[in-house]
Amino acid sequence: MIVLGIIGGYIALLLCLGLFSSRLFKGTSKDFMLASHSIGPFMLLMSLFGTTMTAFALVGSTGEAYVEGAGVYGLLASSSGIIHSLCFFILGVKLWSLGKKYGYTTQIQYFRDRLQSDKIGVLLFPVLVGMVIPYLLIGVMASGTFINAVTRGTFEAGTFPGFLEEGMNGGVPKSVASLIICVVVLIYVFFGGMRGTAWANTFQTCVFMVLGVVTFYVIAMKLGGEETLMASLRKASAAVDADKLTRMHMSKTQFATYFFVPLSVGMFPHLFQHWLTAKSANSFKLPVVAHPFFIMIVWCPCILIGLWASTDLINLPPPIANNPNAILPFMVNKLNGPVMTGLLSAGVLAAIMSSLDSQFLCLGTMFTEDIVVHYGGKGRYSEKQTIMIARAFIIAIVAVVYAFSLFEPRRVFTLGIWCFSGYASLFPLVFASLYWKKLTKAGAYAAVITCAASWVYLFRESGFGSNEKFTVDFKIGGAVYDTMPVMSMFFLTAIVMIVVSLVTPKPTEETLQRFFPEKSTT
Amino acid sequence: MSNHLKLKQGRLIIAGLVILLIILHQDNWNWNNSNLVFGFIPVTLFYHMCISFSASVIWFMATRIAWPDDVEDEALSELSEKGGDA
Repeated sequence: MIVLGIIGGYIALLLCLGLFSSRLFKGTSKDFMLASHSIGPFMLLMSLFGTTMTAFALVGSTGEAYVEGAGVYGLLASSSGIIHSLCFFILGVKLWSLGKKYGYTTQIQYFRDRLQSDKIGVLLFPVLVGMVIPYLLIGVMASGTFINAVTRGTFEAGTFPGFLEEGMNGGVPKSVASLIICVVVLIYVFFGGMRGTAWANTFQTCVFMVLGVVTFYVIAMKLGGEETLMASLRKASAAVDADKLTRMHMSKTQFATYFFVPLSVGMFPHLFQHWLTAKSANSFKLPVVAHPFFIMIVWCPCILIGLWASTDLINLPPPIANNPNAILPFMVNKLNGPVMTGLLSAGVLAAIMSSLDSQFLCLGTMFTEDIVVHYGGKGRYSEKQTIMIARAFIIAIVAVVYAFSLFEPRRVFTLGIWCFSGYASLFPLVFASLYWKKLTKAGAYAAVITCAASWVYLFRESGFGSNEKFTVDFKIGGAVYDTMPVMSMFFLTAIVMIVVSLVTPKPTEETLQRFFPEKSTT
Repeated sequence: MSNHLKLKQGRLIIAGLVILLIILHQDNWNWNNSNLVFGFIPVTLFYHMCISFSASVIWFMATRIAWPDDVEDEALSELSEKGGDA
């Protein structure tokens, strides 16, 4: 009950923060969606980092390290350190500048303007929203699993209706826990808009980074059982099987092609919106520099905890051992007292909620700006009505995601990779739109259709994510090279975009002048 | 040297360093190494932590020698022509 009380207290604190930030809300849709371009370097760093570090980074990485070993860090964390900052640097700053100049709020507004195509939104909107659903699902699913695992043994049988109690083991039922988290995030997003989201993200990122380090310390000390931290760390790591310390069971080509996955950051609609909140281009400097280092601080402890969970030092009951998503909550619960477990759980939930909030807000923004206002007419709805429509759409999407979360669960890591792969395959489009004058409207349409078609085809081939080892294999000279599906999708999209752009009419001179102005060389 | 040339040179240096880091990321030589650094960090993890740290250093250099300062000026000049916030 103490654990539940602390989680409840944390949620109450978060709601208070949302209410407080709503007092600064200016009542305009621009403030709701972009915090009136007022976010400085520190808050931009924390909100970008908090948004990219999801349940995937904490729950997913720990579970994956437990299954696959220490190589998981190289698969995604170190590559993300290079690629995420690269995207902030080469895409974020430039898009911020264009957004400020031409008043964009969403990605689709930018593409409409750059490609001089009114209909690109009709094509891009369902693709972007469709691909964000697995991403939302990760957070909703993981929050339910986490709260259930850390509250096991709190309730007696019969506390909840029978259909909720199946497999809950005396904890808060997963479906109830997921629902509570969705409602909490919805409330503070609705009250505070982008400003509330940025504040909550900053607060929650501080919480999960500090508590993450504390979790690591406590688990290492308890598991190692030695007097000093160093001795405990050594004892815990010495117990790990040699094959988990290496990448001997990982394919080298698969490892190399994982590098395409972090390119997704370039096309995440919620990150685009965060980029536009920046006060100035210089606000990006801190996120660009600190992001790889912050990733290291969060991922390393998770990888080590996942490795230690695979040792004889801890006895995992079969339901936990067979569910990688439950490894981190089990370790937290097993190796800490109730107060620490409550605090550490709040930290993990902070990471999950700090991503959900941006995604919720972005969905609402896209629907109102790109569909309702654009096709319904600009003066048709008042500011208040626009915000209400945004909120209604967010609730509808969250209801769909919540319904999906009640079905058969997938590994958080696998689901995350599929979602990121889709966005990463659209990277050539955003890159070309900023740096290639010859990108045409037809080329962009062809790119989006190719990306969506190849994603649906390969996702279906993988049994909708149920085949966790799914790869695209190439036979060259008798040898088989297994690669991540993202590589094929990325190159297919890029090639189709380039070929179609080269054979279709070029953008107008006026468009090129607006997006590629001549610069003085002095 | 003009600012434009300096910036171009800075961007080439950063591009070169990022490509080098991407190549170093594929550390086939550590594939089967099960040693522990400081007695508790697997070599494969430690190596990639160094990659993360190096990325931060390179991106810090990028903010010093390859930062597009003109982007800020462009946005502001366009806004002042329009006479208000976008």
